[in-house]
Amino acid sequence: MINITKFIINDLIKNWILLLYTALLLLATLGFFLLEGQGDKAILGVLNLTLLLVPMITVIFSTIYYYNMYEFLILLMAQPLRRRSILGSLFLGLVVSFGLAILAGLGLPLWLLHPGGVSLVLIVVALLLTFIFIGLALFVAVWLKDKARGMGMALFLWVYFVLIFDGLVLLMMYNFSDYPIGKIVLFITFLNPVDLGRIMVLMQTEAAALMGYSGAVFRQFFSEWRGMLASLLIMLAWSLCPAWLSLRMFRVKDL
Amino acid sequence: MRIFFPILFTMAFVSALIYEAEAASFHVRKGTPLHTIKKAIALAGDSDTVFVHEGTYLETQLLIRKPLSLIGVNRPIIDAQHGDEILIVEAGNVLIRGFRLQNIGVSHLKDRAAIRIVESREVIIDDNILNNTFFGIYLQNSFQCTVRNNTVRGEAYDEMNAGNAIHIWKGRQMEVINNHLSHHRDGIYFEFVDQSLIRGNTSQDNMRYGLHFMFSNYDTYQENTFQRNGAGVAVMFSKHIKMVKNTFEENWGGSSYGILLKEISDGFMSQNTFKSNTVGVYAEGASRIKIENNNFIDNGKAMDIKGNCIDNQILSNNFIGNTFEVLTNSSSNLNHFEGNYWAQYSGYDLDKDGIGDFPHRPVNLFALITDKIPAANMLLYSFLVNALDMAERMFPEIIPENLSDERPRIKPLNHD
Repeated sequence: MINITKFIINDLIKNWILLLYTALLLLATLGFFLLEGQGDKAILGVLNLTLLLVPMITVIFSTIYYYNMYEFLILLMAQPLRRRSILGSLFLGLVVSFGLAILAGLGLPLWLLHPGGVSLVLIVVALLLTFIFIGLALFVAVWLKDKARGMGMALFLWVYFVLIFDGLVLLMMYNFSDYPIGKIVLFITFLNPVDLGRIMVLMQTEAAALMGYSGAVFRQFFSEWRGMLASLLIMLAWSLCPAWLSLRMFRVKDL
Repeated sequence: MRIFFPILFTMAFVSALIYEAEAASFHVRKGTPLHTIKKAIALAGDSDTVFVHEGTYLETQLLIRKPLSLIGVNRPIIDAQHGDEILIVEAGNVLIRGFRLQNIGVSHLKDRAAIRIVESREVIIDDNILNNTFFGIYLQNSFQCTVRNNTVRGEAYDEMNAGNAIHIWKGRQMEVINNHLSHHRDGIYFEFVDQSLIRGNTSQDNMRYGLHFMFSNYDTYQENTFQRNGAGVAVMFSKHIKMVKNTFEENWGGSSYGILLKEISDGFMSQNTFKSNTVGVYAEGASRIKIENNNFIDNGKAMDIKGNCIDNQILSNNFIGNTFEVLTNSSSNLNHFEGNYWAQYSGYDLDKDGIGDFPHRPVNLFALITDKIPAANMLLYSFLVNALDMAERMFPEIIPENLSDERPRIKPLNHD
């Protein structure tokens, strides 16, 4: 398993798209800090970019990568290897190389320009989002054999988590605004890792005060270490569940 | 000989006058027979001067009932040892200068103050340092008094057990100038105080308001700095207030405002700076207020104008780096916005006259939504919300269509 993982990492690191992705993140982060000048505002810019870009690139690239590696995976099947370790190493390889891209493109400049709690949370959130969307991509790719449908599904997932989910939540809030939904909304955020990540970072910035007394439930939850730990665990669950499901599916699938 | 008597008489009269003018002075000093301030005040006659030399005096309830100058030399300390009030003035023309007053105990029955002025005129409190004195300087039903150059620092830890630094209840023509007030409940508290001036004060780190202003008309406050107060500054139920060149900054928190305008009318706000407040100006029931040439910089919400505000004029202000520029809870607009600089304005100026070619709508859709549905706060900075906001600005559907600046400026104004 380790050997295959090493091979995949080797292959990915030389991939020019991944290098471009790293460079883009690096430039954008530097750009935000140079343009905004001020710490918190720049962080918000980087946060917006991260929430939009990281899931998109990750989910598209990982789906394509699986389909491209399909023949190679079939070849590996011929060897006395467990199916679980084959897909597991593909997942690990993607996780490690994309993790490195995030650390180099986002972590390094953030830590140099604005060291502190916010940056740390932002980096962790970006890493977790990467893992989550790699898992989702593999899940979709294993599930749907057809490339076109797979890509469509992957893109739909991205649009769903970034856009549609928020729209539905807003619609729900409009319809149920007469009810005390403050607490329920807190649980609803757990259903979307992108929202959860955004709120985790926002709570570390001064923007938290903008939420006013109504955001008190949020602030209370997310500013405590227990709330932080709980949301981290939920994010971890989000990153492990799709990957685990895809492993199960891969094991019994007629390839 | 006949002419001699009138001259003698005149001379006697003149010398009597000089005697009157040259009032006696008393020196309170440790180790001399006159070593308590209480005794000196009792001995002194009208318009006399009592000098208190350096040292620590453990005295309370010094009652001044005649015109008197009480002057500290080398800043003597009067310590109440967590007991009752220190100086109580019940006469006009009193001067208190150069003391350090400290350690007055918290009482829930009585508003104990370091210096209390009761129904008096023309009292001057100058250059004192007050430390940990529940209430600092308390003026009640007094006129033409001056409080200047004092430093009043409390040690309040919660609102229940804190007093106000300068508390004026009922008065006219008061002057509060160049004081430094911190760590109290309210920095300056005005209730029923008319025609007064508040100038050059710094009020910071107070539990509640930096300046708390109620039922007070025709007052001016200028060049003050209000910083990091629990809830900023509140101006309520007042008329004809002039606010010029003040700085409101870093009042940041869930229920914190730069300035809260509630039920006030005919005011004038000019050349103030609102920087890094959760809400710069929060107006509720404010009418006929002219807000011009102010700077709103890096606030969460620059202005929150509720629907019950009418005929206010918001002219030539700078709005720079605010998350939300204007917020309201009404779909109509009864106020006038013109000639402001809005950093979020995305228009252009083809004829180069410095005025944008189409109007700017400063109300943000999301700010409006969260005002109606507080729970929607969870979508702050979400991609969906940003996209919706952009669309809404082009084709207003929910945001008040006529709340717009028809002549937005392209470049920020220089107000100096």
